[in-house]
Amino acid sequence: MIEISHLTKRYGTTVAVDDLSFRVEPGKVTGFLGPNGAGKTTTMRAVLGLDVPASGTVTIDGRHYRDLPVPLREVGALLDAKALHGGRSAAKHLQALALSNGIPLSRVDEVLQMVGLQGVARRRAGGFSLGMSQRLGVAAALLGDPGIVMFDEPVNGLDPEGILWIRELMRDLASEGRTVLVSSHLMSEMALTADHLIVIGRGRLIADTSISDFIQAGSVSQTLVRSRDDALLASRLSQAGLSVRPGDAGGLVCSGPGIERIGDIALEARVALDELTPIRASLEEAFMELTRNSVDYVASTPGGAHGSRPATHSEGASEKQSEFSEEAYR
Amino acid sequence: MTTTVVTHADRQRNTGGSGPHRPASFSDVARSEWVKLTSVRSTWITLTVTVLLGVGVGTLISGLAASRYSTDQHLHQSWDPTSVSFRALVIAQLAIAVLGTLVITSEYGTGLIRTSLAAVPSRRRFLAAKATVFSAVALVVGEVTAFVAFLLGQAAIGTSAPHANLGQPGVLRAVIGAGLYLAAIGLLSVGIGTLLRNTAAGISAMVALLFVLPGLVQALPSSWANAITEWWPTQAGSQVYALHGGAHTLSAWAGFAVLIAFNAVVFGFAQWMLVRRDA
Repeated sequence: MIEISHLTKRYGTTVAVDDLSFRVEPGKVTGFLGPNGAGKTTTMRAVLGLDVPASGTVTIDGRHYRDLPVPLREVGALLDAKALHGGRSAAKHLQALALSNGIPLSRVDEVLQMVGLQGVARRRAGGFSLGMSQRLGVAAALLGDPGIVMFDEPVNGLDPEGILWIRELMRDLASEGRTVLVSSHLMSEMALTADHLIVIGRGRLIADTSISDFIQAGSVSQTLVRSRDDALLASRLSQAGLSVRPGDAGGLVCSGPGIERIGDIALEARVALDELTPIRASLEEAFMELTRNSVDYVASTPGGAHGSRPATHSEGASEKQSEFSEEAYR
Repeated sequence: MTTTVVTHADRQRNTGGSGPHRPASFSDVARSEWVKLTSVRSTWITLTVTVLLGVGVGTLISGLAASRYSTDQHLHQSWDPTSVSFRALVIAQLAIAVLGTLVITSEYGTGLIRTSLAAVPSRRRFLAAKATVFSAVALVVGEVTAFVAFLLGQAAIGTSAPHANLGQPGVLRAVIGAGLYLAAIGLLSVGIGTLLRNTAAGISAMVALLFVLPGLVQALPSSWANAITEWWPTQAGSQVYALHGGAHTLSAWAGFAVLIAFNAVVFGFAQWMLVRRDA
């Protein structure tokens, strides 16, 4: 278990992590989610004792990282796949790491086999593709067969096959009872792998919740209604206490309870319905909604309506897009 | 690609339960540093260049000096065949300084330092192991360079001028001292590299320490210049391979002690900074 307690880290005057507290429990995949610059990497570096926090503590099963007698046996981390000497072969890179923790060298061949790099073990790691480097980084993280693993944006730059592999690996590691912390800025990715979510923005905790609760809380249920007489229906729906607004592409968008109620009201008003479609906000939108006020770098669209979220006028489109991307990875 | 997952539980069974593993020790880290040092090409290149410059250029200089000896009477007064065979160390030391710098700055340049320090959270142990392994290698290469440069240099002098042999007073000390000096300069650059964390900055700083600053001193009034020349760490240290001290020089071992003391100060500061700073 990783326990982070009131962690604060500043770089100069910038507060990277601000009084952050959460726990990462064993036996499940914990997604660590936040926009770029939210402080995910800084937090992970603090776990490994690489950055010294301004205040607060991080403990690994109750101990500070620097007090672990054999660190790689307890925590395996992949922070940056390209953080290796490009002139050194994959095998030598892993051998040096194994020796530093007294791990038998036979384990190097095992992890190379596990990640499928045994064929290129003697090649210089500098010539590896990003996908191969990620695999080498995973091999390094698993070298000590640790009970806790941390991956920082592991699917970045991977091809669909690699993404699928990482996803299965994380699930397997968690099912073996290990503590798995994986960061991402992609909600859709987390929805597929994580059991639990830690969401941060601007270094602060925004949500610490199970994935199912997050989906429940985040999904704005709305219904798109098309009828022969929108004006009449709108007034009846309003009278019934529902919030109604005109849809962007015609029709009505009704928020509130389910479609049965809308159907009943339409029947009473004797207005024929052409369409009755529930609109579920995608996870990506739920995530954006949560972190909207904590994004550091906001791109403004020239000529576009400033301050309005793209999702408000293209729910359907972004829903389709995220479905498409999920399908592509499956 | 196929993946085989050996489960956590399986492995713990294989290793006889989840009992505690032997704590990692200094010698584990030293073995790791040995693999790191010997598994990159730059190590072999810089070490080869150190030997080639020290021996090759040294032998060339010895041969040329000997041939001038027969025609130039002025050389006879100050003729010191031991020093002549070590003249190329001035250049060779730069190659070993480059390796000493790279040993640590390449970790920063590539980002490997974060992987290294996650594996070895004790930064004092990390630096000590790195410095120890590098020093051992630098000492062996330094002594090989010194002895071969001396023997080939004397052979190149041949019969055209008086040459030295290891049995003469102080000569063996000077030859051993030449190797020690090269190792000490290499080690100093590990410390400087740890402080500066950047290859270009580290090598520039070593060039400044070895060549630029001692050269600038010549512009100062002679009373200052003499004192600085006497105590400047790298110059004082080079007395350990001089057979005869000149004016305003420390004795061989006193000079070398100054260089070692300077190394100790640099390392103390480097270690303090390494522990304090974010990786």
